[in-house]
Amino acid sequence: MIAFETVAYSYGGGELLSDISLRLAAGSFHFLTGPSGAGKSTFLKLCYAELLPTAGRVSIFEREVRSLTRDDIARARRRIGVVHQDCQFIDHLPLATNVTLPLTVAGRASRPSDLTDLLGWVGLSHLADALPPSLSGGERQRAAVARAVIVGPDVILADEPTGNLDWEMSQRLLSLLVELNRMGKTVLVATHDLNLIRLAKQQVAARVLRIRNRRVQLAGADL
Amino acid sequence: MSPGGLRGDLLKSDGLADRVVPPSGAVAWLTAGTSGAMAFLAVFALALALASGRLAERWSGALDRSATVRISAPADQLAGQTEAALAILATTPGVAAARALVDDEQRRLLEPWFGPDLPLESLPLPRLIEITEDRVPFDAEGLRLRLEAEVPGAVLDDHSRWRRPLAVAAERLRLLGVIAVLLILAAMTATITLATMASLAANAQVIRVLRLVGARDAFIARAFVRRFTLRAFGGAVAGTAAGMAAMAMLPPLADAGGFLTGLGYQGLAWLWPLGLPLLAGMIAFAATRAAAFAKLKELT
Repeated sequence: MIAFETVAYSYGGGELLSDISLRLAAGSFHFLTGPSGAGKSTFLKLCYAELLPTAGRVSIFEREVRSLTRDDIARARRRIGVVHQDCQFIDHLPLATNVTLPLTVAGRASRPSDLTDLLGWVGLSHLADALPPSLSGGERQRAAVARAVIVGPDVILADEPTGNLDWEMSQRLLSLLVELNRMGKTVLVATHDLNLIRLAKQQVAARVLRIRNRRVQLAGADL
Repeated sequence: MSPGGLRGDLLKSDGLADRVVPPSGAVAWLTAGTSGAMAFLAVFALALALASGRLAERWSGALDRSATVRISAPADQLAGQTEAALAILATTPGVAAARALVDDEQRRLLEPWFGPDLPLESLPLPRLIEITEDRVPFDAEGLRLRLEAEVPGAVLDDHSRWRRPLAVAAERLRLLGVIAVLLILAAMTATITLATMASLAANAQVIRVLRLVGARDAFIARAFVRRFTLRAFGGAVAGTAAGMAAMAMLPPLADAGGFLTGLGYQGLAWLWPLGLPLLAGMIAFAATRAAAFAKLKELT
């Protein structure tokens, strides 16, 4: 699904990620952990081509990102559901419209019953007409999850998806991700919530990647 | 731009694509207002260009293919020299007709300056011979030399010294009118481009979200293209209507003299300004589309 070959990424100041080679196989479940500022969000952005590597190759759905046109990237993103750390909504559109945005831009109709079910699952049915700025942090995060999965993506990337959620909602979110993974979706969750990782490992064969010293390593039993 | 693209970007309303860009009051009014003001000015500039063209034709046409021979001679030689000049003119290739003006005609020519009771017989006025040229013009220089040799008091005036500068001035005016229209359209293009860029910059977050959920550039651009094109078109319709109304209210031909008599639109020329809103819409469409795609390429 997504492959890194000796990838490096540098901001102006210096190299943030270095010599990363890995493959997120179809149907796999990965956690990505590491201290704040280690490069988790940057790694995820490389996965959906918001950033391009400064060295090495990133391939999405077997195609090297540098060879993709802008329309190709747009099409690839329709197969990748992303839960952003800062949620990213269009503030003047109601929540329901924001959640169905991936379907709309892809020219696909959304069935009202599906939307109702999805909003009900994330506990936001009563807020379908609310505008994003009026939502709490947790509500926004749940809405972001709903938007990421509504299109039925092949890959789900989540950047600290439980950062603003209570433990109960975090468990429900994890259950959804596990369920989606069992349906064959590839899941990568960047988090520093070790409890969530431990809970997930009881439910699914999740691998844990850790960013340390600019490199991504497979974490061992020390988690 | 394919017709399909035009239909897709402009004519087909897309609910979300239209709503995805928040309405921005100031930019909306600026775009429509600027387009309207430019169209209003363009109506006048176009009128100037058309009027200058008519003026050039009128001045050229009125003086073209005609000439005058003026005979200044002592009273006792005047009739003889006039006869001699007419005889020369009758045998000059390129002269279709030549006739000496009678006293009444000369009096009427001088009436605006000296009044109706001019005692023409007591004044040493030259005799004027009006020449009508043939389709093939006569050789003015040859005729001038021949008259000099055989009719000492004759002076040929082929009007070229009046006609040329007037025609040149009218042509220059027409050129200025055309340049003014082009500059107005260029200014409109620049304004709409700037407004689009400002709107794109103000909506960077919206664009980023759309890109992240898989929107193609065409989808994002459509919202801006449609909105700015319709604003510019609407403004231009209002500006053109106001300009045409103002032109229609200019004093009628009989009440004013000089250059102003030809400044308004005449006959079918009233159809010309009707094309301005369409042109403004096309310019807005092209400018917005180019600006939107250029800006979107800067984003990942």
